[in-house]
Amino acid sequence: MTLVFACEVVLAGLLVAIATWTIVARTAFAAIVLFMVYGLLLAIVWVALSAVDVALTEAAIGGGVTSMLLMGAATRLRAPTTPVADVGLPLRIAAGLLCALVTVVLGAVVFFLPDVAPTLAPVAKDNLAASGLGNPVAAVLFVFRALDTLLEKVVLLLALVGVWSLASDEAWGGVPGLPVYARPGRILVFLAQILPPIGIIVGIYMFWAGASQPGGAFQGGTILAAVWLLTMMARLQDVPAINARWLRLLLVVGPTAFLAIGLAGFFIADSFLAYPPGIAKPLIIVVEATLTLSIGVTLALLVAGPPERLPQR
Amino acid sequence: MSSAALFGYCGAVLVGLGLYGLITRPEVLRKILSFNVLGSGVFLLFGVFARRGAAAGLGADPVPQALVITGIVVAFSATALAVALLVRLNKETGQIVVAPDDSEESGEQGATR
Repeated sequence: MTLVFACEVVLAGLLVAIATWTIVARTAFAAIVLFMVYGLLLAIVWVALSAVDVALTEAAIGGGVTSMLLMGAATRLRAPTTPVADVGLPLRIAAGLLCALVTVVLGAVVFFLPDVAPTLAPVAKDNLAASGLGNPVAAVLFVFRALDTLLEKVVLLLALVGVWSLASDEAWGGVPGLPVYARPGRILVFLAQILPPIGIIVGIYMFWAGASQPGGAFQGGTILAAVWLLTMMARLQDVPAINARWLRLLLVVGPTAFLAIGLAGFFIADSFLAYPPGIAKPLIIVVEATLTLSIGVTLALLVAGPPERLPQR
Repeated sequence: MSSAALFGYCGAVLVGLGLYGLITRPEVLRKILSFNVLGSGVFLLFGVFARRGAAAGLGADPVPQALVITGIVVAFSATALAVALLVRLNKETGQIVVAPDDSEESGEQGATR
């Protein structure tokens, strides 16, 4: 037990050190690489907190896709002609004091937490059998608080609409400006050929296993997005124009299926987003399968950014 | 000290660090990064509350866990939108900061444009 705790102390120290380094690093590139490491360390912390579903999400989205997005931005930004002026020392000291105060207050909150923590775990556990799922986190996401999950999908789509709306008029309906290699190296091409079959199987397995074990639509969808981006960057596959019909269809199929089954709940069960007993699990599997596809496509297109050029004819 | 409390303090420090970076780093990309560090600190506090709520044979309370998963995805959506805005800003003005030093001058230019 003490050995485990010692490891956790080292992990916490490392996490804080890397976070500090991310903030103070000189170049944006270094900061982003450090942020990627930070995301992976944070995923280990989530495992230590017995939250394996969150760990998978953090590693895939928090560390992986976010870092990729930022890296893409860093390579696309033109350096300013005049060097960026740092903020003055007085402001830094004031900010440091403010942030220290915030940390101390939050630390005090953690210190003075009640001995008996409030929890919904027994309620979730009691109703788990009725949901037909074996993973309590998936049951919360798709049954007990399904509205949150539905709205979160809408947020993803709205973010994509926001990103696309930044396109110039001429480029509308064109191809996103994902940085692709003009002449991809042999190693990149090799990896982009060998990894997608593995990634697709792992992604589908993760969605499938998510019903009873850690995993689920988000994590599976992220892996699908990652292998798709990889093949596009290695130029094994073209970046699709955003007005392609199949693309639009894939984007909305998941949220639409979710909403349709939710609305059907009025008739076949007793309320919105309710599932009739007995066929709850098959319905949830349908929702999750379509969501996995939609999430994968949405995440990849969010990383790819707004359309920048017209499709070559 | 329990491991939940340890990571609780860790989360508190991460929130402070992220906030500091958000205030003091002038470049927008670094502000976005700092914001993500801040957010992960808040998520970690959620994780601590989930861990403390372990009961009924579950290692952690599933409700805060589900909220954090939703939160991570929403934070990513916000980050993607912010990055797209930054790239557009850079394309239009060549700047990587929001408030240039000569803010008055550029404000006039903006008005006459």
